[in-house]
Order: sequence, then structure tokens, then C-alpha cells
Amino acid sequence: MKRLFWFFSILAAMVVFPSLLFAQTPVKGGTLTWGRGGDSVTLDLAQATDGESIKGGIQVLENLVMFKKDSMNVEPQLATSWSVSNDGLVWTFKLRRGVKFHDGTPFNANAVKVSFDRVIDKNHPFHKYGTWRYPALGLGPVKEVRVIDDFTVALRTEKPYAPLVANLALWLCPILSPAAIEKYKGDIGRNPVGTGPFKFVKWIKDDQIIVERNEEYWGQKPHLDRIILKAIPEVSARFMALQTGAVDIADDLDPDSIQMAKGNPNFKVIEQPSVNVGYLAMNTKKPVLSNKLVRQAISHSIDKQTIIKTIFRGLAIPAKSPFAPSIWGYNYKIMDYDYNVQKAKELLAGAGYPKGFDIELWAMPVSRGYMPEPVKTAELIQGYLAAVGINAKIVRHEWGVYLDKTMKGEHDLCMLGWLGGNADPDNFLYGLLHSDNSKPPAANIAFWQNPEFDRLVKEAQGLFGKEKRAPLYLKAQEIFHEEVPWVPLAHSTIVRIYNKKLHDVPLRPNGLNSFQMIWKEK
Amino acid sequence: MTQFISRRLFHLIFILIGVSILVFLMLRLIPGDPAHLLLGEFASPQDVARIREQLGLDGSYPFQYWIYLKNLFGGDMGISIRSNLPVSQEIFDRFLATVELSVVAMFISSFIGIMAGVISSVRKYSIFDYGSMVMALAGISMPIFWLGLMLMYLFAVKLGVLPMMGRFTMGMDYHPITGLVTLDSLFKGDMVLFLNSLKHLILPAFTLATIPMAIIARMTRSSMLEVMSKDYIRTARAKGLSYHRVIFQHALKNAFLPILTVIGLNFGLLLGGAVLTETIFSWPGLGRYVVDSLLARDYPAVQGCILFFAVIMVIVNLIVDILYFYLDPRLRIDGKG
Repeated sequence: MKRLFWFFSILAAMVVFPSLLFAQTPVKGGTLTWGRGGDSVTLDLAQATDGESIKGGIQVLENLVMFKKDSMNVEPQLATSWSVSNDGLVWTFKLRRGVKFHDGTPFNANAVKVSFDRVIDKNHPFHKYGTWRYPALGLGPVKEVRVIDDFTVALRTEKPYAPLVANLALWLCPILSPAAIEKYKGDIGRNPVGTGPFKFVKWIKDDQIIVERNEEYWGQKPHLDRIILKAIPEVSARFMALQTGAVDIADDLDPDSIQMAKGNPNFKVIEQPSVNVGYLAMNTKKPVLSNKLVRQAISHSIDKQTIIKTIFRGLAIPAKSPFAPSIWGYNYKIMDYDYNVQKAKELLAGAGYPKGFDIELWAMPVSRGYMPEPVKTAELIQGYLAAVGINAKIVRHEWGVYLDKTMKGEHDLCMLGWLGGNADPDNFLYGLLHSDNSKPPAANIAFWQNPEFDRLVKEAQGLFGKEKRAPLYLKAQEIFHEEVPWVPLAHSTIVRIYNKKLHDVPLRPNGLNSFQMIWKEK
Repeated sequence: MTQFISRRLFHLIFILIGVSILVFLMLRLIPGDPAHLLLGEFASPQDVARIREQLGLDGSYPFQYWIYLKNLFGGDMGISIRSNLPVSQEIFDRFLATVELSVVAMFISSFIGIMAGVISSVRKYSIFDYGSMVMALAGISMPIFWLGLMLMYLFAVKLGVLPMMGRFTMGMDYHPITGLVTLDSLFKGDMVLFLNSLKHLILPAFTLATIPMAIIARMTRSSMLEVMSKDYIRTARAKGLSYHRVIFQHALKNAFLPILTVIGLNFGLLLGGAVLTETIFSWPGLGRYVVDSLLARDYPAVQGCILFFAVIMVIVNLIVDILYFYLDPRLRIDGKG
């Protein structure tokens, strides 16, 4: 009887936890080869503007806080805890002890101060060595960095700014060795010295970057001996490299290669909804589009499912909010405008345009993850609009001109998108839709102004804690849905394709991960 | 001779000023704000304005050009907008990879091209002649992109006999001395790396050699046919010289001037970087760098590269001219006169 009990107990455990049955012990050692579309530009991530730089730098450098490996929730990294003052202006971070940079320099509050001051303080001796391109997204709100003691640092902002912790998890806020910053000056981007699980070894331009295990790492040491980041610009060559085993991971494959990889038992394919959004902005300063009924009619006339099927080849989900469901504060209750030609026509008639009207539809000239084939998308939308009587003329401009003119509001309808790096609703709602940002050159390219929406978003900026902010964002999304300054089109899915010999491969919704935990079968 | 070379080098200054003005204007007349392109859609308008100021794009064109020229004469080609590194350093690092590939490609194309042209001309209207000329036509018309990928698929993926990309196997220990992997490995006596880098050169060099090879073969054939019909060839044969000696010492030498021009021109073009071949085979050369810089509207980098190409073309042409002197005694007399 007792034997029978144990037999069934083990059987039950295997059914409930199948991973126990197949769990494999991580193997230490090996080289991971990683094929990607291009080389990094700099590994000093405070200066980085491109994904390839971040992919490399994030292996070597660490921040005070970081997103979890498979979500955009923030967790401690070089800081162990933090608190904010009652007035919401001073953030105090307790720092991890016993951590050393790769060059042996001890990590402390001074390292944080030097790393941040060189970005925000124009008079700092190392400020002149960098091009700090996105301060507004990262350390912009920080006005002062103060060392309290060796392991406590305080950041002061000019006004209460709740998303600060999420900003600090962005690649733009790495902590580098102050000794290395002083030693390499303007060349720090080619000689990054951080506290990360891998140490920078070598960089052959446009070819490969090599990092190796940091044996002194403060956390769990990596399983891999080293990672080679190899630039393979041609997408077919990248896929062939994966097929021959020349690389273990191939990034940014085209939809056809992804389909082929999915059918190949030698590869694993993991997917994750991204934190981006592709949208059609409607310039509310134009007389026709200032009418809410017209904007609603346009929303009803576009078939997002077909766009996702044909343009994104299924690698996206339809968007109904300015930000993706992988971001907290997402309003699941909103019912999207359904694809309904009849309804659209009725709304247009109600708005006083029973026969439609002429309009310009600006198509992005470059391809992005949130808009893989902008011109084809524009052609599809043109067809949908024609079906309800709106005669849209597709307008194309060179990328720099496109950004310049849309920021000035010269367009009627225009396509654009956004990648919310810090995965904070504020990044989308304040940055792209608040009236503060609707004066040319504007980031709010719908030039939409709604006092109630503005109030909610501004109020949420000054509140601390997701539970306090989320209700305001839920309400703000309802207003957005009712007023429709944009037709949110899609949130793309990001994909990681790798050799099945790799295990514990992470995928964060922004696609940027440290490969600390990956191990490779012999 | 010295006078000839110094005169040509003196001309170089004017060529460079002309090229720099052209490039400067062309880049600025293309619509699009580099600050916008650099920062993309995620930058705030304030960031864009700040970068414009930082890059000196706010000044008038003559002022911007004056600053550029002043720095250029001081040996400073500017700082790359993308990487914030000196353009000269960026160019030099990649140029050596391009040189290595181009030299091998030119060697392959010249050797095979000349041989095929000579044999075609002496076996006029034979199967070999028709075959090689059809191949030459195919070589000129074949899209490099397609050919490269097919060669890669066949030899690297299917047969697995050649490496598919890069200058040497990923992660191999290589410490540059000259920047040319084959030479460096020989200097160090590292035969493993030497053979490895040679194997890596085969596919991209052959792909890159296809078009010049076809051009050289056709040029050699037509030039040889013209020379072979000359009286002195008949005389040489009549006085009892061996057939091979007549072909290679008399005919080929005389037919070589136009061939040399074609080789020089193609070599100059290859040194400017072979965008497609470098992209397909992940070769870290100058061609890819120029295109990446152009797409990012990295003005200083593009200006630097084009000036660099101009210098290369002038130098290669100069070398070809000097070789003319040695090949053709008549030019030596003219040159002195």
C-alpha cells in the first residue's frame, strides 16, 4: 500500500511539474555566437541610440535598477532599495556592497555620481567627451546627484516625476567605472568598463565584439565562457549562418525565414509582445479632422486584422490603446472600433460629409518594427478609406523631412510609431498625447488637446506607486478611445530564434536582454 | 619622371578641393535634417535642436565649408556624427579589410581574365572562345547579390567546404600589426590563422572578381586580336620565334596597355569598397561603412570617404601611368621630351 502511495505520488508530481522530469542541469562553459544585423556604434550606453549598441553594452554594463528578464517590471540591480521623499523630489538609493568594476575599481556612490553627472552636468569635466542624445528619456528629469555616504546616493528632480525609476532601468543610465571614464575619456564607448556578468574583451569594427565571463561577478556567474556578437548585415546570410550552426542566435529575421525556422526541429522560436505601437495620427488642427465623428469614422473604416495578417505576417496584435498590454495600466475593458464600413459611412454623414472628402495620407519612408512595410500599409489604408468615400492621396517624403514636417503639423493623416523603452504609460500618454507636447515642433503629432486627459496624465506623474497611478491611466485611455486622435494600428511581436542547444534564453518585451543565464549543451 | 609625378600630385590638391565642394553641396542639397535622422522618431524636439547646434549645422553653408576645409588641411577629416570618433580612424580601420579583399579579387580576375582572353584570341571562334566569352557576358550581367548568396549556399551551407563569412573564424585570436590578416599571420608564423583567412577570402574574392574578370577577358581578347593581326607578329613568327614567345612577349606586351587601364580602373573601384560583396559575406570593409554612413546622413564620414576615394583613384591612375612608362618605350621618350 505504501509503495503504491509513493508510485502515485511521483506520477502525480510528474504530471503537475513536467519540467521536473525533463529538467537539465546547466552546463558551464562554451561560446555563444550571436548573429545580428549590424555592428554596435558605441558600448557606452549613455550615448547609444541604436539597438545593436544596446545589445552589446547591456552584457557588460549594469544600472541601479533593471527590468525583469521577461517583463518590463523593474527590479533592483546595483541598488538594493530606494525611497522617495514626501514632496516627491528626492529619490534615495541604497547601493549594493562588495561590487567591483571589471577594472577592479570598487562600485560606490561616487561611481553613480560620476556616471550620471557626466551626462546631466554641462560643466562636468567628462561631459564634453560624449554626445548625450536622449536626455529627455533617461536622466533628463534629474537635476542633482548627491553622495550621502559610500553606499547611499540621492537624486533630486525639479518636479515630482514618478516614472524616474523606470527611466533608470533604461540603457541610457548605466554605471561605469569612474577610473575608466577618466582613463578613456572620449574612447570609453570602445572600452566599456562596468560591473556586468560579462567583461568586454575585444571589438573588431563592423565584424565582431567579444565579451567573456566575469569571474568576480557579484550575482550568479554566467554559465557561458564568452559571447561573440557577430555582425551579419544580410538577412539571408544570417539565416544561413543559423542553419549551418555558425551562429547560435540570429536576430531580426524576415517573416519567411521565421516561418521556416518554426518548422525546423533544430531551432527554438520564442515570441513576446513588444512595448511598441504603430499608429495613424490624425491632425486635429485640420478642419476636417477636428471633427470627432470623422476620426471615429476613419477608425471604423480600417481593418487592422488584415493589416496584421498581410503586413506583419501575423507577428503583431491589433492595438486599441496608445500602449501595449505588456505595460501596466493597460485598459483591457476598452472595446476597439470594429471594422464596419456601414457605420463609418453613417458617422461621416452625421459629420456633414456624406460624400466623403479629399485628404493626404503621409507614409513613412523607413521600415520599423512597429511598421514593417509602411508604404504597403498606406496603400491598404488608402483602399479602406476609399471604401467609405474618403479619397486619400499618399504623400511620401525623405525620412528627415518627414519627421520635420510632421512635427510642424503639415500633414493630415500620418503614420508613425513609438517604442516605449521604459515601459511606463507616461512615456506614451504624456510624451505623445499631452498638450504640453503639441506645440511645433511637436511630439504630439495629432496636435490633440484635451484638458481632462491632460489633467489625469499630469496628476499621475506626481503620484508614486503603480496602484495610485493606474486608475488615472485607465481613465485617460477611455478619453483617448472616445476622442481618437490616432488610430492605433498594431503592437508588433518580437521573436528570438536560436539553436535548440541553448537553454534559458530570455526575451524581454523590448528584446534587450543580458545573456547571463543562458547555457549551451555540449 | 619625377617632374611628371610631382605635377600629378600637384593636380591632386585641385581635384580634392573640387571633390570636397561637390560632396559638401550634394549632401546638403539632399532633403532631410541630419539631426533628425540621427536621433530618429524617439528624440524630443529639444534634443534635435541641441544636436543641430552641436554638429555646427546651424551655420551658413560657406561657413560650414570653410571650417571643414580648414580642418581638412590640418589633417582632420572631422568627427563621425554616429560614432563620435575621428573619421580618418574609422576609414583606415575598414580600408585594410577592403584592401585585402580587393587585392585577392584583382589577382584572381586579372589572372583568369587575361588567360581566358589570350586563349580566346589565339583560338579565335573555337569552342573555348565562344564558351569563355559567353561566361564573360554572364559574369558582367549576373547580379553580384544573387551570385554571392548562391555561392555561399552551395559551398558553405550545402557542401560545407568553405566558410560562409567574415575574415577568419569567429573568436580566433588575432592581433593586428598591419591590419591585413593574411600578412599578419605570416609575420607571426601562425599558419593556422593564415590558412583560415585564405579560406575565408575565397568566396568573397571570387564573387567580387566576377565582373572585373569578365571585363578583362573581353578587353584582352579584343586587344590581342588587334595586335595579332599586325605585321611585326607575322615577322616574329617568320624569323622562327616560338609561338608562345610571340604570344606572351610580343603580342601580349603590346596588347597590354588597354588591359592595364581596365585593371587599374577596376582596382581603384574595388578599393572604394564593394558594398554588395561586403554585405553578403559580412566583410568589415569600407563599402558597407559608406552606405551605413550615407543612410545615417553622417556628413563628415561620407565626405571623408569620398575624398579618400578620390585620392585612391588619383594614386591608382598615377601608378598605371608609371607602369605605361615601363611598358611602352615611346611614352618614355615623349615624357622626357
